[in-house]
Amino acid sequence: MLAGLADFLREFYAAPFRGAVARAKRQEDDLFMLLVFSEMVGVPNPASYFTLELQPLLYEDFHEWHKRMGMEHSPLEGFHCC
Amino acid sequence: MNAIVLLVIGFLAFSLGYAFYSKFLAGQIFKLDPDFETPAHEFEDGVDYVPTRKIILWGHHFAAVAGAAPIVGPGIAVVWGWLPAFLWVTLGTVFFAGIHDFGALWASVRNRGLSVGALTESIVGKRARAVFMIVIFLLLLMVNAVFAIIIAGEHIAVPSSVIPTWAVIAVAMAVGYLIYKKGMSLLWVTVIGVSVLYGAIWLGDVYPLSLPETMFGLGAPAQWVVILFVYAGIASVLPVWLLLQPRDYINGIQLFIGLALLYAAVILAAPTIIAPAINTNPPANAPPLVPLLFVTIACGAISGFHGLVASGTTSKQLDKEPDARQVGYLGSVGEGTLALAAIIACTAGFATLPEWESYYSGSFPADGLTVWARGGANIMEQGIGLPAGLAETLLAVMGILFAATTMDAGVRLQRFIIQEFGNIYQIPALTGRWVSTLVAVGTCLLLAFGAGGGGSGGLIIWPLFGTTNQLLAGLTLMVITVYLIKLKRPIIYTVIPLTFLLAMTVPALLIQLAGFYRGGQYFLVGLDLLILGASILVALEAVSAFGRARKEAAGG
Repeated sequence: MLAGLADFLREFYAAPFRGAVARAKRQEDDLFMLLVFSEMVGVPNPASYFTLELQPLLYEDFHEWHKRMGMEHSPLEGFHCC
Repeated sequence: MNAIVLLVIGFLAFSLGYAFYSKFLAGQIFKLDPDFETPAHEFEDGVDYVPTRKIILWGHHFAAVAGAAPIVGPGIAVVWGWLPAFLWVTLGTVFFAGIHDFGALWASVRNRGLSVGALTESIVGKRARAVFMIVIFLLLLMVNAVFAIIIAGEHIAVPSSVIPTWAVIAVAMAVGYLIYKKGMSLLWVTVIGVSVLYGAIWLGDVYPLSLPETMFGLGAPAQWVVILFVYAGIASVLPVWLLLQPRDYINGIQLFIGLALLYAAVILAAPTIIAPAINTNPPANAPPLVPLLFVTIACGAISGFHGLVASGTTSKQLDKEPDARQVGYLGSVGEGTLALAAIIACTAGFATLPEWESYYSGSFPADGLTVWARGGANIMEQGIGLPAGLAETLLAVMGILFAATTMDAGVRLQRFIIQEFGNIYQIPALTGRWVSTLVAVGTCLLLAFGAGGGGSGGLIIWPLFGTTNQLLAGLTLMVITVYLIKLKRPIIYTVIPLTFLLAMTVPALLIQLAGFYRGGQYFLVGLDLLILGASILVALEAVSAFGRARKEAAGG
């Protein structure tokens, strides 16, 4: 019964703000994407040694991201998704 | 008369309304179909469109629409006696609010989960959409000013409400932090958070706080209004997960606890209604009962704001179409029960008639929230033995938290609108987060002071706010009606409430206009004229839209 109550409260907590929280998270993620791919769009990044490693991991989200940022096709040479 | 009689008749009316009228609407008018694929399934994305259990959806819908307004409105309107307010709340909820909320939800679900604003354009037309935008802008502008004035007044009338009101902000942020950053179990966080809230209520009762009578030439109410808007400005730029979400959650829980306590107290104490059924001796400046009653109580009888919630978020989470009946119709019934509790607290919570009259013989409108807290506290002391001082703090905080969460969301929404304006008219300064917040807060402050937030005017702007809310309800009913015409279904059940609302709002505006003019309140005269213009536009638009829709339906 306690588990049922906890489940109920969780839904009550999350449901009305799912959209707003997801949007906020996406905004943060977008900034992170920009950071990781900044060198490739011409913005110097002192941490590029580390962010380069992340690029393959973020490849899956890359297409969605550049579309969202208003770029029809991949802005990067040698980094094609569409 | 005993308050229990009122309670029983009220609940009986709500139950009958739900059992028969909403069933009739669901079966014959809206023709709900269990096999219809709702937007929550059609566009399911785990974010905006999520099929949600109906009890949870109802809880949210109710918590989102319940606010300070169904307490303050009846608290003011019982100045004409308890009977008119009671009849308007029960009949309004059953025949007006029910079909309005239910209908808005249904129309949205049947149109890919569009919001009322977007529905207005796709069902009625571009011009109606423009009218809708004007009304919504006026409503948002007023809602923040009105609620700031209410909270300021309550902080002064009940100084013990200060500590708990501001402690809730810290509690909410702690809840948000513990859940998102520490991953703590919500159940325990809830138990601790709610206990701290009630602890703060006790603490506030022991240590009441007041601001100095004047500071920088501002009276205490004006100081509170300024503080509230500084807070609202900051709150509106904080992340949603840190403040808004946990605050709304705690508020929702507290709403259910508070209502349960109050109704239990009414049943146990069985207080007698001291106020007259019809007050033959209202204050000299009180406007006539008809039409002003119908704009003084908006939320609790019918409120356009509910349509925004129903079509904005609720419609995207509806699991099955028949759930709309419970969520939409019962949501408005929930609001009706809150208004009913307010009527009982404000009319049966006093020992003698002169005591009651002391609140309502001054200038109109009375401070509804203060009467609610005092009257409700007396009933709680009799019924469940809670000391009246503590109970008054509890009820005052309940009302303030409603108003404050509405303000939080309202200022945030207004900031978005101003940023949007900046984008449309290419004013880069307005698109920034801080400038837009400053502009939003500034305009609200201007209105709050222009409308008497400086301390002298009190809630003089309240009926104007109610009128705008009713206009929005009228627009939503118009959209539902046009949609029904297009589907060749009976429209009488929406046209009657719509006509009634328009027939009440226009004279109410004219009466208030004369009052503002005589009182030399030219700022409010201007505002009244703006709203009057909007209501005439709504009426004209309704007539032309019905004509067009009929022709289309006949031709097609």
